[in-house]
Amino acid sequence: MRGHNRGMPGTVALTLNGESRTFDAPPHGPLSVLGLLGLLELDMRKVAVELNEEIVPRSAYAETWLSSGDSLEIVHFIGGG
Amino acid sequence: MDGQIAGDDTWTVAGRTFRSRLIVGTGRYKDLEETAAAIEASGAEIVTVAVRRVNLSDPKAPMLQDYVDPKKITYLPNTAGCFTAREAVRTLRLAREAGGWNLVKLEVLGPAPLLYPDMPGTFEAAAELIKDGFEVMVYCADDPLAAVRLQEMGCVAIMPLGAPIGSGLGLQNPAMLSMIKENVTVPFVVDAGIGTASDAAIAMELGCDAVLLNSAIAHAKNPVIMAKAMKHAVEAGRLAHLAGRMPRRMGADPSSPLSGLIR
Repeated sequence: MRGHNRGMPGTVALTLNGESRTFDAPPHGPLSVLGLLGLLELDMRKVAVELNEEIVPRSAYAETWLSSGDSLEIVHFIGGG
Repeated sequence: MDGQIAGDDTWTVAGRTFRSRLIVGTGRYKDLEETAAAIEASGAEIVTVAVRRVNLSDPKAPMLQDYVDPKKITYLPNTAGCFTAREAVRTLRLAREAGGWNLVKLEVLGPAPLLYPDMPGTFEAAAELIKDGFEVMVYCADDPLAAVRLQEMGCVAIMPLGAPIGSGLGLQNPAMLSMIKENVTVPFVVDAGIGTASDAAIAMELGCDAVLLNSAIAHAKNPVIMAKAMKHAVEAGRLAHLAGRMPRRMGADPSSPLSGLIR
């Protein structure tokens, strides 16, 4: 589900790599970084995540909770000189 | 200098020892297959990599790690495209989390078209990164005072440019590079400006510990053959440095005896 329903019950509105995205909240409890990477189908071993300009250690993905208004950067390595 | 000694000729940066003295970038190739083939041909054991946003609309797109194995080749994350110390530090903190290592290449750049090293920004970022436990290989101006200052701060390699990034102009400053090298005890690497094999050989003949280049290979008509040329050029330049060149003289000195000539 996409849109800009910031604060709508049952959804989480995030800014991901500069783009607004809205996700359904999981049925039990809030959305974690780990849960988000799963929804995005990203291989967590190949990416790094910044939440509101703070690094999220990989070991903390499962317990780092997201709420509407959060801004994330999800990066990986690409070719460069 | 015999073959045995040459075979043992290694260099060490931040406690990691390497045989190849060629560090190559992984950018500007046609595709990831060509990237992998050129790196293989270059014999490089360290490659620079950039940190960028994941394309969230195509999460299954092939990634660099699928073609260049970070377990076999040391990834050196860079801060290309960072114009402030803050951007550079943020980028390398993300790189450390993505890769799990702290050996990095710092570059803080001034504006196009020169992308010349911004030394105030470089000092600021280096101080912050070193405080945060990073081992910083630093791209810098060919400034003897800056080089010594960066070394005193704790940078693990000093990497001045030979010419602007991607210019392929070759070393514009060989005398200055030699003079800077005299006062640097950590690894000294020419980074940027190499255009072809002879440029890399000259850098090594000057006594540099290694050469870092990207466009000279990636923008060659045949990158894989140029990668091989660079491998040989770096090895030849290194051996010439170790051998010690003959003195220059103004005038001829014949190699064949002048006695015993027929009349």
